[in-house]
Amino acid sequence: MRIAIASGKGGAGKTTLTAALASVWPGPLVLADADAEAPNLHLYLSPRFDRSEDVSIRVPVDVRESCTACGLCRDLCKFGAIARFGKKITVFSDMCHGCGGCFRVCTENALVSGERLLGQVEEGRLSSGIPFIQAKTRVGEVMTPPLLRVLLKKLSAFSEEGCDVLIDSPPGISCPAVTVARNVDLMLLVIDPSPFGFADFKLALEAFRKLGLPLVCVINRSGMPGNEPSESALNAFLAAEKLPLAGKIPFSRNAAAASANGHLLTALSGDVRASFCEIAENIRKTACERGCSPLKGRGRNGDE
Amino acid sequence: METNRNDPGKVELREIVVISGKGGTGKTSLTAAFAALAHDAIFCDLDVDVPDLHIILQPTVEEKSVFMGGNTALIDPARCVGCGTCLEVCSFAAIRDEGAVCRVDQDLCEGCSVCVALCPEKAISFPEAICGDWCVSQTRFGPFVHAQLEPGGENSGRLVSLLKRRAREMAKAQGKRLILCDGSPGIGCPVVSSLGGASLAVIVVEPSLSGLHDFKRVADLCAHFQLPAGIVINRADINPDIIPVFEEECGKRSLAVFGRVPYAKELTEKTQQGLAVTEGDSDVARQIERIWQAILEYRPKPRLRSFSPGR
Repeated sequence: MRIAIASGKGGAGKTTLTAALASVWPGPLVLADADAEAPNLHLYLSPRFDRSEDVSIRVPVDVRESCTACGLCRDLCKFGAIARFGKKITVFSDMCHGCGGCFRVCTENALVSGERLLGQVEEGRLSSGIPFIQAKTRVGEVMTPPLLRVLLKKLSAFSEEGCDVLIDSPPGISCPAVTVARNVDLMLLVIDPSPFGFADFKLALEAFRKLGLPLVCVINRSGMPGNEPSESALNAFLAAEKLPLAGKIPFSRNAAAASANGHLLTALSGDVRASFCEIAENIRKTACERGCSPLKGRGRNGDE
Repeated sequence: METNRNDPGKVELREIVVISGKGGTGKTSLTAAFAALAHDAIFCDLDVDVPDLHIILQPTVEEKSVFMGGNTALIDPARCVGCGTCLEVCSFAAIRDEGAVCRVDQDLCEGCSVCVALCPEKAISFPEAICGDWCVSQTRFGPFVHAQLEPGGENSGRLVSLLKRRAREMAKAQGKRLILCDGSPGIGCPVVSSLGGASLAVIVVEPSLSGLHDFKRVADLCAHFQLPAGIVINRADINPDIIPVFEEECGKRSLAVFGRVPYAKELTEKTQQGLAVTEGDSDVARQIERIWQAILEYRPKPRLRSFSPGR
């Protein structure tokens, strides 16, 4: 079973929760950090990376003498990566989305092909042996989904072997988050019960429900002083929408400080650890009820 | 007030973008707090994916427009002969082979139109789709430009550029001196678009290991675009031991340190009331006021800027 830990709002607690669940998860597990722009899960779990794969797209980098400036490539390109100034075609490789269309329509083979690095997919293991994979965007790069697709492909091999997969997802609800959501069996939404967190959660719900994905929620920083009005509104909303709640993580300054230092919340005390065991159990229970068979990939219509 | 070197009589328009790298560090709360203090400004929410600034600014919408774009391929099953050309030329695995015909998976379609151009049966059209909407509004602090991308939608970078362009036009027309923008987390497409043409990035950081890791990445991004930047350390008292590391990083990178904001219940309470924390007197409000002054007075050494994304 592949589970994405997601949230509309950034900083809701996705990574903290993923790390805590990983430390109490029963059964074989693989961990992934798909928040390629800001990957942080490794800071909590200290994996040893032993492989790093560069992910690139094929882009036009130059124009040969044979170019007749016919403009076919320029007319095709929807991303502003090709322009014609007077009788000269110029390529802007940074704007390219890697569709390869310009190479296909050019009758003179005039475009020089090169690669633009999107980032890396890094693989390693925790000291406990759990496999760990993360995607990391190159600074300055704008395209994340192709990088995530490489990561997801590697993960699908593990889930076929019967491992559960926990994926720390990108924040927000646009293409990076949706790319991950389309390739999982269950989505765990972490909710920050502030007015901003509640608003973003409702947007996330709208986006992810469209995908027909079973959802389960966890409220983080529950009972934070001052947040009572929006948290009670959130509770009423969850009940009205009949959304399963796997648990609440109470707000505490100790927990915030521990997390800030990269410590696992499950190391705080036996009680805290037990509460995360219960959350993990509730997630698995919801997964069973919603028909995602645990310990087995379901093979949604993703990119596999 | 900054004046244009070529034309000393002309007032320079400043564009300040609040970003963070890591999500949830307090960008929106601080942007709202700055908005309440700013004079003669236009406000802009560039987190078009999950916007929140409107919760505090409570805009009265004056103009609402649909954001079109994001054309995707659509195969006409009546004309498709199932030859598989589209399947072969698609670089995004968006075409499904359904035997007799092919079908486009709209969610995966990148909108490149290569299949449209190369289909031998001319069976593929390329309709435009609604990607979201955007508004020009009035608020108690000043004009506000904001948007909402369709949930799960794409083209956030283009929508961000559109909002910025509109804010600049309004600033010019109304003689405003400042555009204050709330950005989005990360370092990807919408963030890159939000930094295009900006004068200063204010990076809101939280004093944690994750915060430090993501701050370095977003600072690298600002350096990549040669954009002046500085930090505000939010919830500074949660983990004060790590703050010197942030300050040292800022020293190395010639970034400004505008100040620290403690964790304060007032911030949470004001947000619940739909107010900015600076709409009222408190220790934290006064601290944020000093930070805002420091941001306004900050004049980085002029550097060559060459970046202007058109996405």
